[in-house]
Amino acid sequence: MRRLLRAKDRMDAASQEDWPVRRLARVSGVSEAHFARSFKQAFGLPPHRYLLTRRIERAKALLRDTDLSITEIAFQTGWESLGTFGRTFRDITGESPSAIRARERGTAPELGRVPACILSAAHRPDMTIAVSEKRRRSADGI
Amino acid sequence: MSQGVEVVGLYVQDQEEALEFYVGKLGFQVHTDVANGDYRWLTVQHPDQPSFQLGLFAPGPPVHDAATAQMLRAMVAKGAMPPLVLVVDDCRAACERMRAQGVEFTQEPVDRYGTVDAGFRDPSGNGWKVIQMRSRAKAT
Repeated sequence: MRRLLRAKDRMDAASQEDWPVRRLARVSGVSEAHFARSFKQAFGLPPHRYLLTRRIERAKALLRDTDLSITEIAFQTGWESLGTFGRTFRDITGESPSAIRARERGTAPELGRVPACILSAAHRPDMTIAVSEKRRRSADGI
Repeated sequence: MSQGVEVVGLYVQDQEEALEFYVGKLGFQVHTDVANGDYRWLTVQHPDQPSFQLGLFAPGPPVHDAATAQMLRAMVAKGAMPPLVLVVDDCRAACERMRAQGVEFTQEPVDRYGTVDAGFRDPSGNGWKVIQMRSRAKAT
C-alpha cells in the first residue's frame, strides 16, 4: 500500500508526464501484473483515470490563476492536442476551459491560508466512471 | 497554569522506524517513551515547542482489534490520514537538510502565496507540508 502511495505521489508531482503502468510499477517496486488492480482497490479508481483527474485539476488551477493561453495550458498539463484537451475537459467537468476560466476568476484572498494541495484537491473532478461511459450516457440523454 | 492541547497523535506503522525519522531526520526530541506491557506510549517534541507533543502510536492491541489495526495501517499507508503542517524559518534550507537525510519529498519547494512551501511523507505514509513563515519570506 505504501508503495502504491509512492506511485500516486509521483503522478501527483508530475501529472503532465506519461505514466504507463510499466513506469508506475518501476517507481513503486510493485509488479506490473498487479499494479492496476491493486491501485484501483486502494484508491477507488484505476491509475490512468486518477492521472486524468490530476491533469484536469492542474488545468483548472492554471485557468483560474494564470493568463496562459488554453493551448499553452493543454500542453503544460500533458495533452498533445488542443482538441483532445478541450473535449476531455468538457466531458469531465461539464464545461469548456474558457467557461471555467471566466467563472472562476477572482478567488477570495483568505484561501491563502489553506495549503495549496488541499485547495487544489477541492477542484479535482470526481471520476468514478470512465470518460467513455460519461460520453455514452450523455449521448443517450441520461 | 497553562491550558491547551498537549498531545496530538499520529498513527505509524512502526514506532522504532518513526523514532528514527522524527528524531533522527527531522530533529524532534523524545519527550516520553514508556512501555506498558506491549503498549508503547511514545511522544516527541519540536525543540521550539516545549508545550506540545506529537504522539507516535501504533495501531493494535489493546486499543484496536486485529482487523481494525490492519484497516488503520492500510489507511496510513495510502496517505489517507489528516494533513500535518510544519512551519519553518527557511523552507529551501530545511528541505535541503531533510533531503540529505533521505526524507521522501512529494513536492519540491515552490514559491507561491508570498512564501515557500514543500511536501514530504514519513515512512508510514503520513503527509506533511512545510511552509515558510511569512514574515521571513525571502524575495526571489
